[in-house]
Amino acid sequence: MNRIAIKMLTGDRAKYFGILVGLTFSSLLITMQISVFAGIMSRTFGFITDIGLPQIWVMDPKVQFIDDVKPMQDTELYRVRSVGGVAWAEPLYKGILKVRLQNGNFQSCNVLGLDDTTLIGGPSRMIEGNLSSLRRADAVIVDEVGAKGKLAHTMTVNGQNVSIPLKIGDSIEINDHRAIVVGICKVSRTFQSQPVIYTTYSRATTFAPRERKLLSFILATPKPGENLNEVCQRITRVTGLLAVSSYGFKYRTLMYFLTSTGLPINFGIAVFFSFMVGTIISGMTFYNFTMENMRYFGTLKAMGAKNRLLLRMIAIEALLVGLISYCMGVGGAAFVGFIFRNTEMAFLLLPHTLIVIAVVVTSICILTSSLCIYQVMKLEPAIVFKT
Amino acid sequence: MEKIENNRIAVSCSGVTKTYGKGETAVQALRGIDLVVPRGKLTMLVGPSGCGKTTLISVIAGILYHDQGQCIVFDENLKGLSEEDRTDFRAYNIGFVFQAFNLLPTLDIKENVAIPLLIRGICRKAAFETAAVILEQVGLKERMHSLPAQLSGGQQQRVAIARSLVHNPRLIVCDEPTSSLDHETGQKIMVLLRQVALSQDCALIVVTHDARIFGFADYIAQMDDGHIISVDSPDKMKEKV
Repeated sequence: MNRIAIKMLTGDRAKYFGILVGLTFSSLLITMQISVFAGIMSRTFGFITDIGLPQIWVMDPKVQFIDDVKPMQDTELYRVRSVGGVAWAEPLYKGILKVRLQNGNFQSCNVLGLDDTTLIGGPSRMIEGNLSSLRRADAVIVDEVGAKGKLAHTMTVNGQNVSIPLKIGDSIEINDHRAIVVGICKVSRTFQSQPVIYTTYSRATTFAPRERKLLSFILATPKPGENLNEVCQRITRVTGLLAVSSYGFKYRTLMYFLTSTGLPINFGIAVFFSFMVGTIISGMTFYNFTMENMRYFGTLKAMGAKNRLLLRMIAIEALLVGLISYCMGVGGAAFVGFIFRNTEMAFLLLPHTLIVIAVVVTSICILTSSLCIYQVMKLEPAIVFKT
Repeated sequence: MEKIENNRIAVSCSGVTKTYGKGETAVQALRGIDLVVPRGKLTMLVGPSGCGKTTLISVIAGILYHDQGQCIVFDENLKGLSEEDRTDFRAYNIGFVFQAFNLLPTLDIKENVAIPLLIRGICRKAAFETAAVILEQVGLKERMHSLPAQLSGGQQQRVAIARSLVHNPRLIVCDEPTSSLDHETGQKIMVLLRQVALSQDCALIVVTHDARIFGFADYIAQMDDGHIISVDSPDKMKEKV
């Protein structure tokens, strides 16, 4: 009877597609919303992901997230290096500085200053040039998206604006200081979508406006055999600074955005309405489909079909619709994400999202089919003799 | 009505009552029905609209509980059966033919006919093979892959008859089987129904308004206002008229 159930469902093409469209649309919208939300959230800690080598981040105890820089004195670096179990510790400058473009406009950029000797914290993927070129005078490395976008030269040719990407050898002006592009790198997109500029720590501190404290973070790693969490706790105890693992800092940053911004509630509302739209459209169509088939369910009942057989038939119909809609919705969202993968669109389809969508689609199917099952269960087979 | 041997009795109703609703809006559809339906014979239930014909076949077919009295079908007291057992009883013993055919529109003819067997859990292959044999008997073997909507009314009713016979039921109940058909087709359907059903020694109960098919009956039970007022052969009934 399983095939009979499927044919009953798919035989009426209009209704079948109506149910599919409702549920697919719902799962597509929810997948998109959750994936875009995950994408935006992953951008909040993109810097931490890109700076992969150090396992420990040391900072002012009041820092809440990666962009919430509370500078420390340079001497804190030596205190961290002196803590037992620390293999090495290097400084990192992170600040937002204004870059003057050739057309006279200013563009705020994230400037990262890496340790002059080791260049620890540098970009992991160079597209042009190499990291060691930072040791040259006035050298900076610019991220690819910034070089092609917000930092690109614009000029008018035959009345049309033409954008020429920043390339190696070009010079830019950072806070009234000359800088020469020596490399183009690829980095994770940032939450604020500002261009990222890498340079050395000492040069970054000359670019930056004069302040007594300029050390943003200390990047460290425990000695082999040392427990990461214990070393973090030791640094905190000895120096009074906050020391967390890379994962812990990502989590801290993520939690800040989740708890202190309106992002979750806004996305949550969109997800909720997508769920409601899916439930209502699919529910109504599935309910109408069942009600229109009530005579035939009655006929089956009269001919000896037990309630559990009819329940199984409806469950199979709901399962089929749910499965197809889930695949089409998630597949559609993944396709959109793939098409816009190199744009500003933040899209991150996590395995967790797939599970969440499966649960949501299943819930919609259970909700809608429960109503239908209830109607079929209480159906009197004597209905078959009514014309 | 002539005396029927005990082992030839398919249905025996005595004092069957059925009331719909409660209080002032209650409608007493059956008011003490006494009826015996023999095997291998065609019994017609006739009477004006609202006299209780459909209620009576619903009770006999085990799809409606009666209030009082006894309705014994093939030695089973239907009132004593649980809902589950009644469903099983119907699956194995009763075939249905409806006025509106009630063929599932999205299934082809063969699948429609095979449904009673599939409900009983018989495998698809065997069910379809049996359905094909029955469809041959009703002259529709060539149309077994057609959808109901592609058939005429008469052909659809033949499919419905095939469906009612496919699981070898002992009782077939037909509700107005010819009322949606023209006279000629109605006559052909009754010939077919009688020939196929009675050859399997089924008891056949036909509810009808259609006086043109009275001649196919072995017995005609006339109902009025929830009572059986007479049970006669068609000839005797004609004499009375």
